[in-house]
Amino acid sequence: MTITLFLEQILNGLQFGVMLFLMASGLTLVFGVMGLINLAHGSLFMVGAFAAATISAWTGSFILALAAALAAAAIAGVFMEILVIRRLYGRDHLDQVLATFALILIFSEGTRWIFGSFPLYLDTPQWLSEPVSLPGGILYPSYRLAIIIIGLVIAAGLFVFISRTRLGIRIRAGENDREMIAALGVDISRLYTFVFALGAGLAGLAGALIGAIQSVQVGMGEPVLILAFVVIVIGGIGSIKGALIGSILVGLTDTLGRFLLPIAFGSFMESSSATLIGSAISSMAIYLLMAVILLVRPQGLFGSAS
Amino acid sequence: MKLKTLAIAAALSVSTAITAYAEPLKVGMITTLSGGGAGLGIDVRDGFMLAIKNSGNSDVEVVIEDDQRKPDIAVQLADKMIQSEKVDILTGIIWSNLAIAVVPSATAQGKFYLSPNAGPSLLAGKACHQNYFNVAWQNDNLPEAAGQYANDTGFRNSFLLAPNYPAGKDMITGYKRFYKGDVNNEIYTKLGQKDYAAEIAQIRASGADSVFFFLPGGMGIGFMKQYAASGVDIPLLGPAFSFDQGILQAVGAAAMGVKNTSQWNKDIDNAANKKFVEAFQSEYDRLPSLYASQGYDTANLILSAMGKASVKDADAFRAALKEADFDSVRGSFSFASNNHPVQDIYVREVVKEGDVFTNKLVAKSMTGHSNAYTGDCSM
Repeated sequence: MTITLFLEQILNGLQFGVMLFLMASGLTLVFGVMGLINLAHGSLFMVGAFAAATISAWTGSFILALAAALAAAAIAGVFMEILVIRRLYGRDHLDQVLATFALILIFSEGTRWIFGSFPLYLDTPQWLSEPVSLPGGILYPSYRLAIIIIGLVIAAGLFVFISRTRLGIRIRAGENDREMIAALGVDISRLYTFVFALGAGLAGLAGALIGAIQSVQVGMGEPVLILAFVVIVIGGIGSIKGALIGSILVGLTDTLGRFLLPIAFGSFMESSSATLIGSAISSMAIYLLMAVILLVRPQGLFGSAS
Repeated sequence: MKLKTLAIAAALSVSTAITAYAEPLKVGMITTLSGGGAGLGIDVRDGFMLAIKNSGNSDVEVVIEDDQRKPDIAVQLADKMIQSEKVDILTGIIWSNLAIAVVPSATAQGKFYLSPNAGPSLLAGKACHQNYFNVAWQNDNLPEAAGQYANDTGFRNSFLLAPNYPAGKDMITGYKRFYKGDVNNEIYTKLGQKDYAAEIAQIRASGADSVFFFLPGGMGIGFMKQYAASGVDIPLLGPAFSFDQGILQAVGAAAMGVKNTSQWNKDIDNAANKKFVEAFQSEYDRLPSLYASQGYDTANLILSAMGKASVKDADAFRAALKEADFDSVRGSFSFASNNHPVQDIYVREVVKEGDVFTNKLVAKSMTGHSNAYTGDCSM
């Protein structure tokens, strides 16, 4: 194992983490501010990817495709909030899980109905298709580097938005005491719709960014959703900082686990069983990480103890 | 999930060749119609139904259900089909882990199972059964041909990559059975994994001269796009499952020129295949995949056996199935002693015809190829 390979794997872990952050930030805001468990967040990821694939096929422009993904998912989010989610704030979590699970099925079958069961084509733009040389002799796909940069810029933007702007202050206030902020004259239901649309738009953007290097197909959001839940539990529910740190921890653990565990097992056992056992354990690694963190800090890394 | 019962009516009154035993026969198809693997199940279903429709045989009733790629659901569906639907034949399963969960109990209850896709080594060897027929391939077959092709091409140092589930292990075993060079590294990934950045980084650093990979469906789309973007130029090769007609359009130019092995392609030159490709295109308005060809052959095998024996007479029907007296779209086809195919396996290359990415045959890798598990099977 060379140092170059190790550094490249760190970058891969970071890229995976940043992608998870785009999903997890919306999820943690919605959960933190509104106390709502939204299983259909993965469907918004899928909506973004399908919108991007459609617009990219029409116009050939990747930037327009990303904008379309953001807009389509945010609009879908607004409709989802107004038609369904709004009725669930007062209910308990089980009702929310049931209703949003139903939304997953509706979105999946609706997408299948419109686009069919075969995966759609969405590729990275020409100007990001070549690998770039980084210091240290690392050859890294420029598209993945772009994902890292976009993700970190969005993280910084969200952080400033939540901590420095008036709207951000209202969101944090709503998280702490929703009756009080309503009594102070803030239109809480518009605030909720806005937060929901923001989270949805970020999920849609993540779907489009990831769809271009993976596959755009029905059901693509659910595996990511599970990881996003792991992230917000690790990071502490409602905390944007926690979502960022949690995402990067999960991304690095998963990537380095997949890479290092088979090698580690190979040092003391026969190689083909080492790869089998190593890969089996590496697929559990992030859940082990979650279990350990919950043992030490049940409220998550940056969660407030309730 | 609604139960879909499709009663097949004969639209045209055709010849009476099949009236000898006009005993109605009920087929239960359990396949993947939703979620990430849906494209495969839909192709098998469409190929199967096309053959039934074209035969004009109104005595076949087909019940179709979606297993969602989940073993527990497949088992429930099989129980329901056997107990309340009273089907005679089960078919349709795409994934090896689902086949292993369903097939042994179905055959133990006296039902026939005809596999249009999965061919796990367990069911070909130790757990073989006289009522289990595989109409596609034993899992090791296509990778065995890839191993042979690697030798012929002069690859000496292969990097191997497959998901961690029964078919993944079979595929790697199959490749290594014929491949004579060194194994550079062998990696098993999580089933359903979409991001291969970590694995591609290892390939880049490996110094291998070839990469053999088996990543069916959406997994392969992600891998090939990411591989193309990574700038790694070690040649890829693999079984046809990452290169089927359903996913090639989603992969796009990233797959161009990649060699893959298959028992079928749309340009295999025989009358049955020509008819199948044309009929499939006019019926569904898309090119067929190898999965569709396997569904089509499975239905034609059932129809051929129906013409010879009643399904109620299990011994006679089994013998009729074993004869494999139908015009397979892949050319010569017969069953080995463990009821798995003996067939030719080809090397294909991904090309672009007009606007469509597809495969063309470049060589025949193996002729009359059987499988390695006949000795483990007690039949």
